[in-house]
Amino acid sequence: MKPGLLFASLSAALIASFIAELALGPVAIAPGQVLAALWPARDTNGSAQVIVTAIRLPRAVLAMLVGAILAVSGAAMQGLFRNPLADPSLIGVTAGASLGASLAIVFGGALAGMAGLTVVSIGAFLGAAGAVLLVYTLATRELVTSVTTMLLAGIAIGALAGAATALLEFVATNEMLRRISLWQMGGLDGATWTRVAVLVVVALPVVAGLLALAPALNALLLGESEARHLGFAVDAIKTALIGLVALGVGVSVALAGAIAFVGLVVPHIVRLTLGPDHRLVLPGAALAGAVLLLAADVAARLVVAPAELPVGLLTALVGAPFFILLLRGSRDYAL
Amino acid sequence: MSLSLRDISVPGRLHDVTLDVAAGERLGLIGPNGAGKSTLIRAIIGDIAATGHVVFDGQRLAAWPRARRARSVACLAQQQTLAFPLSAREVIALARAPHATGRTVDDQIVAAAAHAMDISHLLTRAYTRLSGGERQRVQLARVLAQIWRAEDAGARLLLLDEPVAALDIAHQSRVMTTLAGLAEQGVTVVFVLHDVSLAAAHADRLVALRDGRLATAGPPDEVVTEANLAHVFAAATRVIAHPDTGHPVVLHG
Repeated sequence: MKPGLLFASLSAALIASFIAELALGPVAIAPGQVLAALWPARDTNGSAQVIVTAIRLPRAVLAMLVGAILAVSGAAMQGLFRNPLADPSLIGVTAGASLGASLAIVFGGALAGMAGLTVVSIGAFLGAAGAVLLVYTLATRELVTSVTTMLLAGIAIGALAGAATALLEFVATNEMLRRISLWQMGGLDGATWTRVAVLVVVALPVVAGLLALAPALNALLLGESEARHLGFAVDAIKTALIGLVALGVGVSVALAGAIAFVGLVVPHIVRLTLGPDHRLVLPGAALAGAVLLLAADVAARLVVAPAELPVGLLTALVGAPFFILLLRGSRDYAL
Repeated sequence: MSLSLRDISVPGRLHDVTLDVAAGERLGLIGPNGAGKSTLIRAIIGDIAATGHVVFDGQRLAAWPRARRARSVACLAQQQTLAFPLSAREVIALARAPHATGRTVDDQIVAAAAHAMDISHLLTRAYTRLSGGERQRVQLARVLAQIWRAEDAGARLLLLDEPVAALDIAHQSRVMTTLAGLAEQGVTVVFVLHDVSLAAAHADRLVALRDGRLATAGPPDEVVTEANLAHVFAAATRVIAHPDTGHPVVLHG
C-alpha cells in the first residue's frame, strides 16, 4: 500500500472516531452541537458543552495519546530487540506498574492523591519506572547494555513482579481484588484535564524523540556492530530508546491501566502494509494506535451502556481479528 | 603505511599481532578455525576491547570521529542477524546513512554496488526471502556502497570476514575481481578467506594466523607452501602452480 493512502485513511478514521467519541454516549449530542461546544463563543447549549468539554474531550485526547504512545513504543522495542514479539511489557513496564498499582490499592487506601493523580496512578508509575531501572541495571556492564540479557532480565523481573502482585491479590479483600483486576484491564474512565496535561507533557517529547531515532532503529536492524560501523552512537541510542519508552509507557499505564495488544500488534499491522522502514512504521504506528484506542473506547462506552467495558478488553476484541485477517491475507510478510 | 597494527592483543585470543598494510593493498588472512582471524578484524574495527594500537591514515582509529570513520571504514562481519523483511535495496541504502550525498547520488551508488554483486534483479525482494548466498551478496553490496566513492572519504578501508563463504564459484570470482578494482582505486582491503587457493590468487600478501599469533606472512607463493600449511593448519596438502597464472593451488582431501 502507498504510505500516503494509509496515512490519509488513518487520519480520516481518527477524525471519525474523534467525533463519535464526543457525540455518542448516554446523552447523544448531534455533531453540529459537538462542533459548537468546541468553540465556546458560539455556545448555545450549556449542558452539551459541559459534557463535551469536561467529560468527553479529555477522554478522547487521553485515548489518542495513550494509543499513540503504546504503539510507537512497541514499534521501537521490536526494532531495538530485533524481535517481532517484543513489546513494552518485555522490559518490565507493565508488570512493575501492576505491582505498584496493587500495592497502592492494598496499602495506600488512606493516602490522598495529589494534583488530580490518584495514589494508584503514582504507585503504577513508580512500579513501572523501578522495574525498568532494575532490568536496565541488570543488563548493563561497563556502560554496554546487552539486549539479550535485558530481554531475559525483563522476563525475570516481570515474573517476580507478577508473583508479588498475585501475593497481594491473595491477601486483598474482595473490594480491593475487584479494583486490582479492573485496573489490570485498563480503562480511560478517569480522564480529567489534569491527567491530559500530564500526559501531553510526556507524550510530545517521547513521540518526537522516538520518531527522531527512526534512522538509528533502521541501522540497528542490521545488528548493533553494524549500526556502530555506520556511525551511530549505539549505546547512547539504546539508553535513549529505553528511557523514552519507559517514561511514555510508564505514564500511560499509570493513567489508563494496562491496555493490552496495542503495543504488540499495531506496529505489525503497520509493517504489513508499509514494510519495516522505521521512518514510516513509527509515525504510522502512532496514528494507528491512536485510532485503535479511540475507536475501542467509543465501543467500550456504547456496547453495554449505560455501563462501560474496560477498554483493554475492546482493543483486543477489535484488533485481534483484524490482525488475523491481515496475517492470512499477506503471503509476503516474510518474518 | 595506510593501516598499521602494533602489538594487538585480546586476552586469550590474540597475542601481539603487528602488521602494516599499504593503501591499495589486498591483505588476505588465513588460518585454522579459532586462530583469531575474526577477532583481529573485530579488534581493528573496535567491536571488542584490545590492547595495542590500530592506526589508519596516520591517526588512531579509536580516536576518529564516529561519522568520519563510518565514511571511510566498512566492515562485513561473518554472520548477519537481519530478521526483518527490509527489501534488498533498503538494506544496501542503509550504507549511505553516514553520507550526506543526496538521494540521487545514493540511488546511483546502490545500483552500482548491486550490479557489482549481481543482485540488481533482487533489489525489490525482501531480504528474509533470499537464499543464503543472495543474502551475503546483498550484505557485500551494502559494505561496498558505504565506501563506494573516493570523493566521499579520504583514505578508505574495507574489512571483510569470510565474504565468499556462501557463494558459488562464479560469484566468488566476481567478488574477488570487484575487490581488485577497489584496491586499484587505493582502497586498503583486508579479507579473511578459508579457501587458501582463492586467497593466494587474489591477495597481494597473505598473513597466516595460528593460535592467536602471526605464524607467517609474505607474498602468496612464499606463504602457501606444503611445509607452511602443515605447520599452520596441521594438514597434509599438495601445492601445485596454477597452469595459467602460476599462483599456488592447494590440493587436499
